[in-house]
Amino acid sequence: MANSEFVYQLQSVNKAYNGRCVLHVDSLDIQRGEVFALVGPSGAGKSTLLRLLNFLEPPTSGTVRFLDVEFIPNSSMPLELRRRVTTVFQRPILLNRSVRDNVSYGLRLRGRRNAARLVESTLEQVGLKELASQRARTLSGGEAQRVALARAMVLKPDVLLLDEPTVNLDPYNVGLIEEIVRALNQEQDTTLVLVTHNVFQARRLAQRVALLLEGQIIEVADVVTFFESPHDPRTRAFIRGEMVY
Amino acid sequence: MPGHGGLIIEEIIQGFIQAIQLILAQDPALFEIVTLSLQVSGTALLFSALIGIPLGALLGLSRFTGRRFVVALLYTGMGFPPVVVGLFVYLMLSRSGPLGQLNWPIVPSLFTPAAMVAAQCIISFPLVAGFTMAAVMGVDPQLRQQVQALGATRRQTTLAVLMEARVGVVVSIIAGFGSIISEVGAVMMVGGNIEDKTRMLTTAIVLETSKGNFDLAMALGVILLGLSFATNVAMLYLQGKTFEE
Repeated sequence: MANSEFVYQLQSVNKAYNGRCVLHVDSLDIQRGEVFALVGPSGAGKSTLLRLLNFLEPPTSGTVRFLDVEFIPNSSMPLELRRRVTTVFQRPILLNRSVRDNVSYGLRLRGRRNAARLVESTLEQVGLKELASQRARTLSGGEAQRVALARAMVLKPDVLLLDEPTVNLDPYNVGLIEEIVRALNQEQDTTLVLVTHNVFQARRLAQRVALLLEGQIIEVADVVTFFESPHDPRTRAFIRGEMVY
Repeated sequence: MPGHGGLIIEEIIQGFIQAIQLILAQDPALFEIVTLSLQVSGTALLFSALIGIPLGALLGLSRFTGRRFVVALLYTGMGFPPVVVGLFVYLMLSRSGPLGQLNWPIVPSLFTPAAMVAAQCIISFPLVAGFTMAAVMGVDPQLRQQVQALGATRRQTTLAVLMEARVGVVVSIIAGFGSIISEVGAVMMVGGNIEDKTRMLTTAIVLETSKGNFDLAMALGVILLGLSFATNVAMLYLQGKTFEE
């Protein structure tokens, strides 16, 4: 990785679909090794921003700088850089194969076929070693999300993007997943970008938080400032749960 | 004295017995007909799969101008009457036809197995492509985004989708095979049903029926059904354990 303090630097980024702008970010930096939470109500543009950060879609205008490489309109990121970032989506979409095959899938894409030990230890980390041979689609929601997490973790990405990873999960699985990602950040220095509309989760996990409303970043601050003395009245309203949509 | 119904039942039973006798006697003429039928339909199916699966995947995964028109053509092709395909190939390959007069070594001559392969390929490839397209479109659209987020290239993404749609892809191959192993119109027209050269199971059944040899025709019919059944069972076996779910 380059020596830059930032993994991402966004400048004047716009994303539009069919001429309608759904995201406009004047400026946003994400620091290396931090847990950065993006909070906001549904439809605020959080997932769109994650897709840009995972290079799944280019911006309509502006620049997403990842390390020292610019991701600009009508471009695509080099595969090698694209593979340093991965996403765990809100709905875990698992392949119709065994749990073990799902976890090793990303490694096989990279031509790594002899990584059985790594796969087994990752399964152990997420508490699914006993279910390794089971078909992934027979798992419960919480187990499936842990498989999705293991599938991303095993790749040892520089950046892990988490798109509402615990929504609709029971408290046990929420706690487990939060514990795993916290360890990932602390032990492997993985940069985490967490998208959530759960302010409590953002507070538990993040070091910095941003509020996204109607496609625009309203406020970015460290977690204490964001929750205890926010500058923008809309941030205060969001934290207090006063925003009605 | 048995009535007409009794005679027909007797014919069918006789046909079964004769089919078994022909198989046990390892009749060389029968062996030749069966081998040619499998060679011609197998080769046609191979070409259909090579053209149809990528075409189906392309139509299922991408959106481009004129796609609807191509899909409409494909759906029309799925209902092509074999005899019309036979007539078309006959006219194309005849000496005064646009392809026949080229005298290129790659263009098959009429009344040869290669001409029959060409005709059967035209019959089956729209079925393979159409069913593959439907199967691919049935795969969760977010799967593509998920595998791309895991670092898949475009080719790897297409393969992942095809693997998820494998039940449908196998069904497309079975449908393609079923349409050609049992068709008679096209192979009769471009093959000519020449003994020891282009005689297939279906054309032999037509010939024996016209000669009044109902029991032999029935025996050939039983062998044809048996072959079709065995091939489909083999394909389902190759498909793996998917149907066990």
